Amino acid sequence: MTVSIIGASTTKFGELWGTSPRTLAHEAMDGALKDSGIVAGRIQALFVGNMLSGMLGGQEHLGAFFAEELGFSHAAAIKIEGACASGGLAIHAAVNGILSGQYETVAVLGVEKMTDHKPEDVATALMGAGSSQERASGCTFPGLYAILARAHMLKFGTTQEDMAAVAVKNHYHASLNPNAQFHRPITIEAVLKSHKVADPLTLLDCSPISDGAAALVLSVKHQASSVKIVASAVATDTLGLAQRASLTELQATKEAAMRAYKQAGIEAKDVDVAEVHDCFTIAEILALEDLGITKKGDAAGGIRRGEFTLGSAKRVVLNPSGGLKGCGHPIGATGVKQVVELVVQLRGMAGARQVAGARFGLAHNVGGSGATAVVHILKE
Amino acid sequence: MRGLQEVNNMVGIVSYGTYIPRYRIRLGDIAAAWKKQGDEVVSSLKVTEKSVPAADEDAVTIALEAALRALAASKGKPSDIEALFVGSESHPYAVNPTSTIVGELLGIGNNYLAADLEFACKAATAGMQAIAGLIASGQTRLGLAIGADTAQSKPHDVLEYTSAAAGAAYIMGEKKLIAELLAYTSYSSDTPDFWRRDGVQYPSHAGRFTGEPAYFAHVMGSATRLFEKTKTQPSDYQYCVFHMPNGRFPRDVARRLGFTEAQLAPSLIVDHIGNPYSASTLLGLAAVLDVALPRQKIFMVSYGSGAGSDGFVWETTKELGKRKDTVQDQIKNKTYIDYVQYLKQTHKI
Repeated sequence: MTVSIIGASTTKFGELWGTSPRTLAHEAMDGALKDSGIVAGRIQALFVGNMLSGMLGGQEHLGAFFAEELGFSHAAAIKIEGACASGGLAIHAAVNGILSGQYETVAVLGVEKMTDHKPEDVATALMGAGSSQERASGCTFPGLYAILARAHMLKFGTTQEDMAAVAVKNHYHASLNPNAQFHRPITIEAVLKSHKVADPLTLLDCSPISDGAAALVLSVKHQASSVKIVASAVATDTLGLAQRASLTELQATKEAAMRAYKQAGIEAKDVDVAEVHDCFTIAEILALEDLGITKKGDAAGGIRRGEFTLGSAKRVVLNPSGGLKGCGHPIGATGVKQVVELVVQLRGMAGARQVAGARFGLAHNVGGSGATAVVHILKE
Repeated sequence: MRGLQEVNNMVGIVSYGTYIPRYRIRLGDIAAAWKKQGDEVVSSLKVTEKSVPAADEDAVTIALEAALRALAASKGKPSDIEALFVGSESHPYAVNPTSTIVGELLGIGNNYLAADLEFACKAATAGMQAIAGLIASGQTRLGLAIGADTAQSKPHDVLEYTSAAAGAAYIMGEKKLIAELLAYTSYSSDTPDFWRRDGVQYPSHAGRFTGEPAYFAHVMGSATRLFEKTKTQPSDYQYCVFHMPNGRFPRDVARRLGFTEAQLAPSLIVDHIGNPYSASTLLGLAAVLDVALPRQKIFMVSYGSGAGSDGFVWETTKELGKRKDTVQDQIKNKTYIDYVQYLKQTHKI
């Protein structure tokens, strides 16, 4: 049985002050349904990826909430929460729903509204994804990823300029994406000079607080030309960094990637385009290495040399959407948006940011500081 | 230039007075207390230091100091004042008007309309528009609008870098005007970007929400309507003045509206004293009036969270005399204090 993506759509990401979660969900799902050519009544189940609606907005029960809102009358509907991997996990659950034989056609919605809330409240809510010890110590995610960055710098000689190159690449890609939060290319100097958030990470090393939604329609009744999901894998690790065997790799990413490559019957070298979880610049370096696209310690140099940038990439283009860094990071929407971007790329409809001749696309979505990793592989 | 006239009867500024407490704290010293990079904070906010009230100063004493200077400049009698509005978000009493305390200390007498106004940083410009209406209607001959604040901010909140103390007072009337009010607009909406519940010591704010949908939307809204109403464009003005919550916002909004740096620069008191809330825009106007020549036009828009913007077009007259104790004089008259002394003077410890 093969799961096809017959509809895909995303809203613009950004500080969407005048847009409610309902409106975001409608815009994304209406687009996905229109793209699929089917009506809402055909959707048998809805999987909603979201992290913060309860803690920030006081609204839980999002399955029924959005099933009603979107007109999926009496459909099965479930909210999936796995921190920043909520979107990827929602797709994973949807795929399993189809592969189990329970459903033929389902919808996935990733949605997050963050800018309605005070930054300190958002930071506190996000730390719900960390361990209790990390919360008690006052750590926030920039601090946790700064620890990972320091460890990588110490072991592999990675520099702040190397990390800045990730931001430069992804902001360049975002400048080609009309749905991205940021459209202005930046320089390494600008990244280095931006305000320090958690040493060695500066403001421009960090993904932003964003609003946005993305949606998919998946079905076994696929059209011949539709993009297929050939792998959907999830792995987990300890919530806290202190319990990890290594701070220079995310074991969950390695495990999920290994399972996904096995499901798809491909190797890392076969991937043409990848949307990876660059919540902080160091996270893209870790992802590149842990996904096996480069050897450990080689990712930073390759990124600085432009080997993963549109126009100069040697084999795989990383984050053509702009990634979390340039496109924005509305938590629950991110994992779904990654797959929407791959669908657009594999259909050859990405316009100025098209990766030429892409056949295999990989989406890598991480929750917390690596406690959850979701890897999807798509084939044209 | 009478073609600009939108106010039916002649209304304008008779005199003005300002008061900036002499104490200053450098933003770098606040940043150091919280282990922040001072140069990063200064470059982000474009503010180098802010004014701090003395331990015995509050919105009443500051309003009084500014009003005494305005009265001295007018050469009129306190009893000529028939309306007194004080705009502040740090009125010392929740119930008990600042305006009557100030009126009593000024010796206005009893035959005047007194009211306290609260609308975040634009309360005083709302008072100015109300007095303009009373004068234009013939109900009042002279009115006094004051903006005075000892702005509150929670330690370690980003507001701590800019919340300042100062006051500005304007006597408005219909004769012997140093600046005529040619037109005014207002633009308001329910936009909860910054608030303080009754009984709560410090205000809360909604971070970046205070920017685009709040400050910029309202200032641009009022300004655009003012341009339309007066059929003017930025090049018709010698000066522009905007509310200054930090040094970045007024520069940005001036650029967006098409004003030059030279038109804005004389009003930018924020760089040196921070944001004294309801006195901010009016101090900017005073700094411009300090250097303006007769027959020059000034475009001014305030902003108050919650939210609203009041827009004004002023034109100076030949009645502008020699100006004493200017805003720049008061900015330069300063004594630096350290962070601990700042905490003491603002009653945080």
